[in-house]
Amino acid sequence: MLDTFFFYAFALLTVAGAALAVTMRSAVHCAVWLIASLLGTAGLFLMQQAEFLFAAQIVLYVGGIMVLFLFVIMLVNLEAAARERQMRKRWPIALAGVLLLAAGLARSLEEGIRLPAPRPAPEAAAGNVQQIATVLFGEYLLPFEVASVLLLVAIVGAIVMAQREDAR
Amino acid sequence: MQELISHPLFTPLLLTALIVLGFPLVTGYLVHIERKILADMQARLGPMRAGPHGLLQPLADALKLLLKEDVVPAGADKALFWMAPLIAAFTGLTAIALLPFGERLYVADMNVGLLIISALGAVGVLGMTLGGWASNSHYSLLGSLRGAAQLVSYEVAVTLAMLAPVMSASSLSMVEIVRAQQRRGVWFVFDNYGLMIVTFGIFLIAAVAETNRAPFDLPEAESELVAGFHTEYSGFRWALFMLGEYAHAFVICGVTVVLFFGGWLRPFPNVAWLELPLNFAFPVLLIGGSGAATLMLVRKVRRPWQRVFLTAVAAALVSAGLIFLVPAVNHVLIAPFWFFLKLGLVLYLLFWLRGTLPRLRYDQLMNLGWKRLIPLALLMLFLNAIAGLLAA
Repeated sequence: MLDTFFFYAFALLTVAGAALAVTMRSAVHCAVWLIASLLGTAGLFLMQQAEFLFAAQIVLYVGGIMVLFLFVIMLVNLEAAARERQMRKRWPIALAGVLLLAAGLARSLEEGIRLPAPRPAPEAAAGNVQQIATVLFGEYLLPFEVASVLLLVAIVGAIVMAQREDAR
Repeated sequence: MQELISHPLFTPLLLTALIVLGFPLVTGYLVHIERKILADMQARLGPMRAGPHGLLQPLADALKLLLKEDVVPAGADKALFWMAPLIAAFTGLTAIALLPFGERLYVADMNVGLLIISALGAVGVLGMTLGGWASNSHYSLLGSLRGAAQLVSYEVAVTLAMLAPVMSASSLSMVEIVRAQQRRGVWFVFDNYGLMIVTFGIFLIAAVAETNRAPFDLPEAESELVAGFHTEYSGFRWALFMLGEYAHAFVICGVTVVLFFGGWLRPFPNVAWLELPLNFAFPVLLIGGSGAATLMLVRKVRRPWQRVFLTAVAAALVSAGLIFLVPAVNHVLIAPFWFFLKLGLVLYLLFWLRGTLPRLRYDQLMNLGWKRLIPLALLMLFLNAIAGLLAA
């Protein structure tokens, strides 16, 4: 009963936050609603007893990425950028993208409905963190390391680009 | 009665009520103690007017803050302006719930407790950032921009430093980290052949930077930015910001104690014969002794009612000390006694730093964070991992 209530509360927060994040006028308000949406997602992770994902979601997205978003939004003069309205010209492409995504989602939803109801996951022996660690550093070690090298390359690239700007 | 006490929800609910109702008072007296310590370091007296030695000053300040006019600047973003202090106070107070004051004395013990505390700290900075932006003032905006940049820079170093004790304990649960120190018979700060001391230093520096306290108080640098991000805040909302800040500092000290100084454990937790001197004689001498010292001060106070008040305080301290002689009471109180004693010492260190070091310049702050602390923290993580493997 309580679980159902919390599920709908978090789901509402996620969906409404996402909707408001794209419709609000002020960029800071958009960011705040995006934060609300991310917190809702974190809550949904917690409902699935994935405490590690819950904490990581908040630390990384809300604490790291969104604080940087806010930093950039407050630093840059957005009023001038908003007046240009350059995004408006490409709305047919955006609409096509949204429709394609909606079709894909609808298809997978429809497939999901036909599947038998999932059994509840067996009670875990070790904690959630230990399980993730075993899987991440055992079975998926190579993809994990490749992903981190990819991120490192991206960071080095960013630094190189910033440096060039400086040298001029 | 027995049934009530042994109910699983009894301790958490009692502690939650204590935290929510008691922490504002604790904050008031923390500010008072900080002012007195800073005054002592600068050869001043500090607050002396309200009550003997200014003992009632926090209550007077709280009353003043509650009665002040609530000013919202013109052009402020009302909703965010209203919400920002709430975020700061809420996250700070919630994080206290994850600190274990004793073996069973905690509100919640999660298997990712440490991560949740850093998550709450990260969300708390949103209060500062949004509050500064919503105020519609240049000083506030500059303060919140600095705060955001500072948090993002130092959070990496804090997390890397946290990892070394977590590796040694192989758990993220606060209670389990303390139990691991009991099993190994050594506080983590002295573990791994002394390597952990460096990690502790990194953690302390980066954690002080995350709480925005001097010498890292750039977001509210009063000599440059008036009051930084809370320039436009007054009265109760400002008090909520202060509550959040002190709660955050309290939590950081608590985490330091849990990660490096054995939480609620006494020094040498596995040496049995030290039980009597450390768990009985020491608290009696410390608390009762400070009561006796207060009694000496009574002679110097002139006003009669202040004499009565100070005598009452001294009597309360002496009886609080003597209560530790009762074994049944001692059994319950000794764990929080050690926890709060250690927490108080770390807090004193923070006040000391504030009284000693000048504020860093912005470029010094960024250099220290990115070029010194993070590489050093990575190196120490590596060395601690090797030392931990050798010890095991």
